[in-house]
Parts: sequence; C-alpha cells; structure tokens
Amino acid sequence: MARIVGGIACSHVPAIGAALDKGSSTNPYWTPYFNGTVPAREWLAKLAPDVAILIYNDHANALSLEMIPTFLLGTAASFPVADEGFGPRPVPTVYGHPKLAWHLVENLILDEFDMTIANEMPVDHGLTVPLSVTCGQVKEWPFKVIPLCVNVIQYPPPTGVRCFKLGQAIRRAVEDYPEDLRVVVYGTGGMSHQLQGERAGFVNSEFDTMFLDGIANDPAKLTKISHTQYMRESGSEGIEMVMWLAMRGALGDQVREAYRFYHVPTSNTASGLQCLEPGVST
Amino acid sequence: MAAPRDYEDIPGTYVYDAERGRVGYHLNMFCMSLNDAENRKAFKSDEAAYLERFPLTPEQKQAVLERDWLGMLRVGGNIYYTIKIAFCDGLTFQDVAGMMCSMPKEEYAKMMLQGGRIPTAENMSKSGAGK
Repeated sequence: MARIVGGIACSHVPAIGAALDKGSSTNPYWTPYFNGTVPAREWLAKLAPDVAILIYNDHANALSLEMIPTFLLGTAASFPVADEGFGPRPVPTVYGHPKLAWHLVENLILDEFDMTIANEMPVDHGLTVPLSVTCGQVKEWPFKVIPLCVNVIQYPPPTGVRCFKLGQAIRRAVEDYPEDLRVVVYGTGGMSHQLQGERAGFVNSEFDTMFLDGIANDPAKLTKISHTQYMRESGSEGIEMVMWLAMRGALGDQVREAYRFYHVPTSNTASGLQCLEPGVST
Repeated sequence: MAAPRDYEDIPGTYVYDAERGRVGYHLNMFCMSLNDAENRKAFKSDEAAYLERFPLTPEQKQAVLERDWLGMLRVGGNIYYTIKIAFCDGLTFQDVAGMMCSMPKEEYAKMMLQGGRIPTAENMSKSGAGK
C-alpha cells in the first residue's frame, strides 16, 4: 500500500529560483534564507520519498485565462520546464508517475472532486522552486512528481475548506493504491505578500505565525478563514495559502512538526517552510 | 448566490474577479502573447501597431503605452499578466511594485528589507471595517 510519509509547505517565490540559477544564493541578501532551508533538505533526504504530489499554481505559463481549471492533475510521464518569458530555468525535467496520477484522477473524481486532467503540460516556478529549495541543485530530481495545479489567479480560488477536503481525499486515494510507495505532499505559495496596487509589499508576520501554528496544531481553525480575510490580512496574493491547507488535509488529524523556518523578505514576499510528519489517523 | 465583493474595502488592492475578468481578458491575453520571443520583438519594434492585433479599449492601449502599471489594473489587468510587459522592458517585479506604490526603487527595497509594509489601520480597511 502507498502511504503519505511527509508534508512540506514551501513558498515558491521566483526570485529564490533565480538566486540559485544565477549563483547569487550565497550573497548577503540570500544567505540567511538558504541557510534556513538546509534542515528541510536533510529531513527530506532521510525521508527518501518515491513520489511527490506537488500542489501549486501556474503563473500564466502552462495555462492562460483562455481556460481556467480550478483543480488540474498532471498525468504525463514527464513535464518540461516552462519558458516564462526569459528562457526555462536550468533545472532537470520533472518526471511524473502516470500510474499513481491516473489512480488519483479516478479516485478523486469518484470521490466528488472534479479534476481536470493534463496529459501534456510544462511546469513553471510554482512547481520547480519548491523542488529546488527542498532538493537543492541536482542533476535529476530524486523522486517522481505529480503536479496538482490550483487556480489562484482568477478570483475566486477554491475555498480553504474545499482545499482541505481535497487533501483528505488525496490521502484516501493514496492509501488505496496497491503498490508500496512512499509519498510526500507539497503545499506551496505564500506566505503573506501583495504584488499589486498601492499596497504592494504588504507583509503580516503575525498572520503568518498564526498560520504556521495552525498548520501544525489546528488546521480546522484555518479552514474558517474567508477569502476576504486572506487578502486583507495576508495580502492579495497571500490567498495562495489555501494550497497549504490541501497539503495539510492529506496528512491526517495529527502531525509532528519536524521543522519550521520563516524569513522576510524574499523579494516582495514573506517565505515560509514547514516540514510535517503524519501522525496516526483517528 | 452572488459573492459579496467586500474585498473592495481593502485599500490599494485590485482583486482580479469576475468584473475585472470580463473587461480585462483581451488585455491580459495580449500580455500572455509576450511569452513568445518573436512577439516580444514585434511589440518592441512598434508597440502601437502590435497592440492593434488585440481588441483592446483605448484606455487599455494608453495604459500599456504609458506603462501606467496601476492604470492597467484599473482597466482589467491582472498583475501576473501585466508583469510580462515589465519583463519585456527588462524590469523586475520589485521595480514595478515600487512604481505602483509611488516609491523610489531604493526606498521600496529598504521597506522590504525592514520587514515589508506592515499592517496599519489605514492599509487594512477603507471603511475601518477591518481590525
């Protein structure tokens, strides 16, 4: 039986990827951030997952406003790295796990989550930056990756509670998969940030700390946060944190928080990184 | 059930909702076209002519030509799309963020280094309805 062995919450700020790609990750601006990511990388290496289900959003690269799926799951054997307007990131091709991905598609849809299915799709920094942060600069990614893309670009994104329930359905589907696989789930994006308007640069560390505490100890409380509350209190783009709730839903009732790191600023954004181990389901 | 647009109470924020999506679609699809290197070249060589390929309103065209970043948001621009014009110009997200809040680049960068724009009564709510 496949099982979920870990959960990772990770911001996906493009500048983090650019710092690694351009060799500026050891300069004084970036050193404090990258030093803080080392324990997460070590934790994940020890966990040795076979597959990651990576919940993220596309930023007008694979998808445009032409068609906007709320939840999309990538079933391909491989996903090329997107050219986001200045050439693709120099990172390895992302290899999928079609068999588990199709199992997820079938189970999630029959469990009332109407996934869009992507047989071909490039992946952008929303997916590759969390991989870089948690795996480092590698020649090939150490595990297969199933992209699960959530719309947070066109309002309204799915609600926090809906994302949490999707996570719970992912857990049921993974545990129903016959092959022994070690699976980790990523929830990416956030934390507080606003990229637009006269309020650009908004950061709310108090909200972010509350959210990190809630992910560890009381996700039910976080599912009650309304979209307006996210945008008001964590910035208009902080609403991405609904994707953390999808990851958290997949981890079961109780978790052990193995690691937490929070850093301001990474470009315009407050970055969070959290590693969770599932407890016993009740 | 129509969603309440109570987020309009958040100062300095342009939520890309159904209202803006309805008027901004073509503007944003123009921006999307700049993902292609050939299109970027065509746009840079004659911006006004390139814009004619898209059914934009005069206000949208003007906002693009003037690089009025806030103006683009007001006429239906989505920041994840309009930023592609900035990338085409060789600007960074932080450059544009600074321009949207009328702060010199250095001042904006300093604000971020010091922890960002922290919550205040003024930036949380227009009406005082926030906390």
